[in-house]
Amino acid sequence: MSLAASISVPSRSVSVDVDVSPGRTLALLGPNGAGKSTVLQSLAGLVDNDGPIRLNERMLDGVEPEHRRVGYVFQDYLLFPHLTVLENVAFGARAQGRGRVAARAAATEWLERLSIGELASRRPPQLSGGQQQRVALGRALASGPELLLLDEPLAALDVEIRDEVREELAAHIEDWGGLTVVVTHSFDDVTALAADVIVLEKGRATQRGTVRELIADPATSYVRRLVASWSED
Amino acid sequence: MKKSALILVAVLALAGCSTPVPTPTPTETVAADSLTGTINVFAAASLTGSFQEIADAFAEEDPDVEVVFNFGGSSGLATQIVEAAPADVFAAASPATMKTVTDAALTDGDPVDFASNVLEIAVAKGNPGGIVGLDDFANPDKTIALCAVEVPCGAASAKLFETAGITPSVDTYEQDVKAVLTKVEFGEVDAGLVYVTDVLDAGDAIEGIEIDSAPVKYPIATLAASTNKEAADAFVAFVLSDKGQSILKAAGFGTP
Amino acid sequence: MARRRSALAPALWVPAGLALGLLLLPLVALIVRAPWAALPTLLSEPTVAQALALSLGTAAIATAVCLVLGIPLAFVLGQSALWPAVPRRLLRALVTVPLVLPPVVGGVALLLLLGRRGLLGQWLPFTIPFTPAAVVIAQVFVSMPFLVIAVEGALRASDRRFEVAAATLGASRFTIFRRITLPLVAPGIASGALLCFTRSLGEFGATITFAGSFPGTTQTLPISTYLLLQTDPNAAIALSLVLMVVSVVVLLTLRDRWVPGVAS
Repeated sequence: MSLAASISVPSRSVSVDVDVSPGRTLALLGPNGAGKSTVLQSLAGLVDNDGPIRLNERMLDGVEPEHRRVGYVFQDYLLFPHLTVLENVAFGARAQGRGRVAARAAATEWLERLSIGELASRRPPQLSGGQQQRVALGRALASGPELLLLDEPLAALDVEIRDEVREELAAHIEDWGGLTVVVTHSFDDVTALAADVIVLEKGRATQRGTVRELIADPATSYVRRLVASWSED
Repeated sequence: MKKSALILVAVLALAGCSTPVPTPTPTETVAADSLTGTINVFAAASLTGSFQEIADAFAEEDPDVEVVFNFGGSSGLATQIVEAAPADVFAAASPATMKTVTDAALTDGDPVDFASNVLEIAVAKGNPGGIVGLDDFANPDKTIALCAVEVPCGAASAKLFETAGITPSVDTYEQDVKAVLTKVEFGEVDAGLVYVTDVLDAGDAIEGIEIDSAPVKYPIATLAASTNKEAADAFVAFVLSDKGQSILKAAGFGTP
Repeated sequence: MARRRSALAPALWVPAGLALGLLLLPLVALIVRAPWAALPTLLSEPTVAQALALSLGTAAIATAVCLVLGIPLAFVLGQSALWPAVPRRLLRALVTVPLVLPPVVGGVALLLLLGRRGLLGQWLPFTIPFTPAAVVIAQVFVSMPFLVIAVEGALRASDRRFEVAAATLGASRFTIFRRITLPLVAPGIASGALLCFTRSLGEFGATITFAGSFPGTTQTLPISTYLLLQTDPNAAIALSLVLMVVSVVVLLTLRDRWVPGVAS
């Protein structure tokens, strides 16, 4: 199980190799406009990529998004407003051909796992930010992905609940155990969620390594500043 | 345009509006040979060409009188008059429609017949439908347009077929003679039944086939609510005069 | 914190009241002047039921045609945002032409195209004018723009990124259209269909010009009403009432959830 991708999107000046090992969540860290979302979109097939992408045993080059088995948790969740929470989470399985009853049963299990079982018949506009995030995660996971992408998963949440949600998210991701990439500009997210880090500045990787290596030896002033303000908390 | 006026009336009717209460035209007191002011003449659609000519000739005699026309289906005009539309003269295409107005006691004195009209078959130039006579109207293979029974032309047509003992195979009942002529001209129908004056008025595009039919009398009357009776009476007199009658005759109308 | 008084400037109430009056008072006059005593006799005429059935039937079919043809057109129009300016603006203008054309002109145009001697009509083995089909065509011509514009507006307002999210979950393009795109524009479709139906129900000018008028075949309720106005105004008022009631019933049976802002 692994992801080996050569991300190259010249129109956005992004060029970076991305490798993910099982059980070791990769964080893509960088300031706004660094190209982090472009990397995710390339992996998901939403943006054309010039280089090869190998996910487990398959090459994803030229493969449509619906066939890549890459789950995506969007920064603003994009939960389908006209479907209930249960229908949202069951959507992936049903779209891939599972019967309605089976898909909903599996979705119910996921809701329980994420401790939001009681929200099953609510609709997304009625949910709080933290609840929406969990539904979005459940929806992506229930579609059976081989790779999970999270785009700034906590950015849309109130500061007060971020710490709590971050811990829960870390637990859920570990629980799932598959290949995971998290995009963030927050070092708190990096330390809580990831094992490995790639620092992306202006479309290029300026540092790679484990989280510990980053803290011990920041390579650029950007990283230095982040580490410094993080260690002050 | 008359057609738009008719449709406007329909729209207003469907919206439930009755025609608005008119503001009165200024009253004139004049000497007999220096008439002024405006008169509203409500006249049947078939009188469009001839009455405008009459108005022009009338203007030569009484240049200070402005004649404003409202042409339309006689039954519609009669309804408007009953609903207190501002009219000084009413010239109808049938005694029946004039009766609506006299029954409501809205005329100043009795109406006078000023012309008559006969029905005629109208076909497109060259008679592409190969119509010979009234019997063809019973042929289901021919496409036929008639005036709707609710308008005088239609009522006259119905009476004609009854007298002749023919059951027409009709494809459409149009809301006035102009609509019938349009269908004939466009080639949508093989023949229509309209008045001889309409056929003449339509020019080269329409040919007429004469038939044996009873003439329909056209009555005219000044209205009691008129605010310019002198000028209205003068106009009616002009219509009945030699000058007016010769204009009507040239248009195809028969004697009253 | 003190409660603020209504944010609506008092000066707006007067024109608003006038507007309401203009819209409602004619209908009130219709109800007040209606020949209530004679209504049962007037309405039991077989011609009334005939005209009503024809109007409802043709309007329903016209609405169905508008949906089948208009929804794809709305989507094409939505795609046209990617085209260059001239063809895009031309397409938009063409779609709205029937809206600004006087209905009679539309009827004449249809006649010139599909009439017996029409541009296309002359080649057809059958005649279109004077048939119920002609009534439907006239109605489709005048009311389809309503549907296209309503659906296209809903499309433009909807977030296309939901379709992206659905793709990442494994949905094919057709599944996305069926389960995401279409449901999200459903309110637009519903209000467009409603406008289409009521416009078709009231259509007069294009119908009488193109389809003619024959009881039971092409004489719709508005045409009947117009003709009756000549000889029997009371009957005309009765039919006007029927049309008004039918329209109100249609409006009331559509639930606000489907047609936000129009029905409630």
